[in-house]
Amino acid sequence: MKEKWFYSETVKEHFFNPKNVLKTETDVKAFEKKADAVGQVGSPVCGDVMKVWIVVKDGKIADCKWQTFGCASAIASTSIMSEMVKGMKLEDAMKIRPQDIVKKLGGLPEQKIHCSVLGDQALRAAIKNYQNEKAR
Amino acid sequence: MEIYLDNAATTPVRSEVMTAMQPYFSKKYGNPSSMHRQGLLANAAISEAREKISKVLNCDSKEIIFTSGGTESVNLAIKGVAFAKGRGHIITQKTEHHAVLKTCEWLEKKGFAVTYLDVDEFGLVNPTDVKNAIRTDTILVTVMYANNELGTIQPISEIGKICKEKGVLFHTDACQAAGYLNLDVERLDVDLMTINGSKIYGPKGSGLLFVKQGTKIEPGLHGGGQEFGLRSGTENVPSIVGFASALELAQKEKASENENLSGLRGKLVFGLLKIPNARLNGHPTKRLPNNVNISFSGVEGESILLKLNELGIFASTGSACSAKDIKPSHVLLAIGLSHELAHGSIRFSLGRTTTKKDVAYVLKVLPKIISELRGMSPIE
Repeated sequence: MKEKWFYSETVKEHFFNPKNVLKTETDVKAFEKKADAVGQVGSPVCGDVMKVWIVVKDGKIADCKWQTFGCASAIASTSIMSEMVKGMKLEDAMKIRPQDIVKKLGGLPEQKIHCSVLGDQALRAAIKNYQNEKAR
Repeated sequence: MEIYLDNAATTPVRSEVMTAMQPYFSKKYGNPSSMHRQGLLANAAISEAREKISKVLNCDSKEIIFTSGGTESVNLAIKGVAFAKGRGHIITQKTEHHAVLKTCEWLEKKGFAVTYLDVDEFGLVNPTDVKNAIRTDTILVTVMYANNELGTIQPISEIGKICKEKGVLFHTDACQAAGYLNLDVERLDVDLMTINGSKIYGPKGSGLLFVKQGTKIEPGLHGGGQEFGLRSGTENVPSIVGFASALELAQKEKASENENLSGLRGKLVFGLLKIPNARLNGHPTKRLPNNVNISFSGVEGESILLKLNELGIFASTGSACSAKDIKPSHVLLAIGLSHELAHGSIRFSLGRTTTKKDVAYVLKVLPKIISELRGMSPIE
């Protein structure tokens, strides 16, 4: 039903039923106790802010939760990324790029990619945060 | 269920207009320039349309140039004056439609000077600023009648008077105003005025430029010399007939329509402002009766829009993320809104079919959408 929806069906699914999202301030507070690291990118000026929390176990991402201020593709891209990285080794997660997320989403309009797919950057920021904490 | 609250983008064609247009597709299909009966029928239809519109505008029928819509009329007005003068200075303002702004920017590249006046926090142009910006080489002032995003109504007759005194041509883009405001060109003191059909329940691809007698402009299209030599090309007869019918109806019904729309709009605004951290953008009173433009902090407009779409409510946003653009609305930035609030803006533009029930439904579902999106947003 292309005429009823601007993006792909996968984007629709993740926009309306986001996975692993922290839906409230209470959710955030609860998960922050478990999380090993957090990363944030973007700015309200640009219209997109992503925040990603990770739980690390044996060098792998055991859990990944997030919050997003942004458009449908920003929400959907962070959502699908949080599914992609679960169980992934940190070094592999570091290699995730916007095009990997876009592919999983079944494509995005060209002009949306650079502004709304920032989840991978937030994830890398979280992983670096984790590694820095560990190195201390 | 569908609740269409995007009437500032375009309106559906009303049935009376459809009926008026119908014969001119396959029955009275002649080329108005032809001398045979088919041609004369088509020509008569255009004359009648021109006559009808001249009454609404209080002008001579020879002062109406039919075009393909608002963008073409604006281009014809601004470039037409610029090319007729050859050089000089143009004054406009920052919340104009892109049809005006992009045309002015292009003319700057061609050697014309352009001043883009600031507006106040409500989107209003100060007529004194216009007066002060006029130079000896100023050839044209172009200020919209009402803004498409905010509905803010500019002091057109005041600006018109200033331009007249200074001997500078004045154009107004009245596309958004045509269904709701007075279009008397004498009262408005305009030399050029753009109107289109697709915002007043007429067909898309219809429009006109009023060109006051004696105003020298260069043609937009060269060819067979139609439209007094200013816009060649076989006239779009059904579209012109439909446009005239739509404009006549809109102007005839505007008093009752405006009253009805203001009432519904008032209810909608009252309800929306109960949502925490909501801000009404635009002027509290000097605005079109059907316009609501509201910002919600901490959420992004496209997300609101698409959630509403899923529920059958159609609105629009000034957010960067609205489909084809990546910059937030130049209009919202011009009134001093922060980028964040500009991203979180939604425009509801009511119309003839809007009901109390529609308004109630929006007010029922929107608070939940906002709180959901705010809940998952990492910013305050």
